[in-house]
Amino acid sequence: MLVFYLAALAVLFVSAFWSIDSFTGKLTHVWTWANFDTIIHEPTYRKIAFRTIWMAVAVTITDAVIALPFAYFMARLASPRMRTLLFVLVLLPLWSSYLARIYAWRLILNPDGVLNWSLGNLGLPHQNWAFTNTAMWIVFSYIWLPFMILPVYAALERIPDSYLEASRDMGARSWTTFRRIILPLALPGVVAGSIFTFSLTLGDYITPSLVGNVDFIGNVIYRNVLGLTNNLPFAAAYATVPLIVMGIYLALAKRSGAFEAL
Amino acid sequence: METRAARLSLGLWTLLVILFLWIPLVLICVYAFNSSNIQSWPIAGFSTKWFHTAWHNEEARTALVLSLKAAGFATAIALVLGTAAATAVSRFRFFGRDAITFLLVLPIALPGVVTGIALNSFFNNNPVHGLTPSLWTIVIGHSTFCIVVVYNNVVARLRRTQTSLTEASMDLGADGWQTFRFVTFPVISTALVAGALLAFALSFDEVIVTTFTAGAQNTLPIWILGNLRLGQQLPQVNVVVFFVIVMTVLPVTIAQRLTRDTGILRRR
Repeated sequence: MLVFYLAALAVLFVSAFWSIDSFTGKLTHVWTWANFDTIIHEPTYRKIAFRTIWMAVAVTITDAVIALPFAYFMARLASPRMRTLLFVLVLLPLWSSYLARIYAWRLILNPDGVLNWSLGNLGLPHQNWAFTNTAMWIVFSYIWLPFMILPVYAALERIPDSYLEASRDMGARSWTTFRRIILPLALPGVVAGSIFTFSLTLGDYITPSLVGNVDFIGNVIYRNVLGLTNNLPFAAAYATVPLIVMGIYLALAKRSGAFEAL
Repeated sequence: METRAARLSLGLWTLLVILFLWIPLVLICVYAFNSSNIQSWPIAGFSTKWFHTAWHNEEARTALVLSLKAAGFATAIALVLGTAAATAVSRFRFFGRDAITFLLVLPIALPGVVTGIALNSFFNNNPVHGLTPSLWTIVIGHSTFCIVVVYNNVVARLRRTQTSLTEASMDLGADGWQTFRFVTFPVISTALVAGALLAFALSFDEVIVTTFTAGAQNTLPIWILGNLRLGQQLPQVNVVVFFVIVMTVLPVTIAQRLTRDTGILRRR
């Protein structure tokens, strides 16, 4: 099985340097940088790549902000029973159907869906988020949130109580303790979680195709492999973009010592 | 340590996050019982008629059968290879041990699209093996990430059991197979069941790798995705999605109970 997987990856990277004969549509095994050239110089592809990366950053920050207070409550304030319960409540959505969770948001954001119904009942103006970047941002943040919560929780749980007591004994206020003690110690957990939220957003093409109206890197790859365009070498070359971005990200994360928190 | 206000607001925040995580899932389940075929809120009324229609939908049924087969075989392969890899990695030190660990985790560390197109180009452009998209290409694709799940569960369990158990068994004259059968296997059995359930749930719901390895075949998630894209048969999609949620949540809940002590439900 490993052989299968490695062989497949190898074929992929070699094929990034091949090209498609424009007449016959067949694969020609000639070494060329043309695919990479297109990616760098064609504004459309550059735009799609930056849009995807920007979304991955936005989702990562959102999830970190949501996860921190939650993980703090779970790790330091909740009783053991409550903690187990919260753990299960976070894990079950993570494991339950990925498609179902995206689809649920289509029903919610629908113009006559739950959200507008609730807003109407509260006397607030209706939203029109269906099939926009806002919708994608909400859905991405939603589906990857548990991936952020778990490592942050693990990091916070490991802080010894004595650190916080010491900080208080030396006269630090809650806010100072949070900023100077808790936040730095939680950071490796946040970075570990961000590896997931970032990488998963970079590679996803189902969410943009179901709740958005613009292309992400994954959509371009998908279309070039299975869709009408059918240009596998180009898809392979474009797939190196998320790989390189992830490579850089992982290198940075490693330097901050996040791998011990995984 | 925290002020009362801080505690209260943290608790409130936790409650909101839990609601945020769960409301969409509950909502899908409510929609499955929608009597109308228009997807608006509040739903027109409660009815189970779409369960009947969905159950008799030929396409959905074929897709269900394919999904069950794929998940079944992928789980079986994952059980054998995952356990073997876990035993080897945790019991012996050998050349390339770290490389194996890294390679096992690679399929879930890389974005799904990359695994997908890699397998796709391998299956399509390779004259050596002559594989065409079939149940088996799907099974191979799913095995790549199912193995890790079983591997993680078993490795975690083995790490917590002492090697003295197997040593005692060997000292008492048992051979390698007997030791595995009577000592190692009982120790890891619940971890195996948990790993298998998780692998099954993961495979049953997988979309991304499947689209690249299935060719023209439909698994259940692909059938759902196709209908969602075209906006067709939505009431039946609701029912099928409800079913998929149950089929993924149930095994995971059982797995959670089996591995409660180790707490190994982390997906990655």
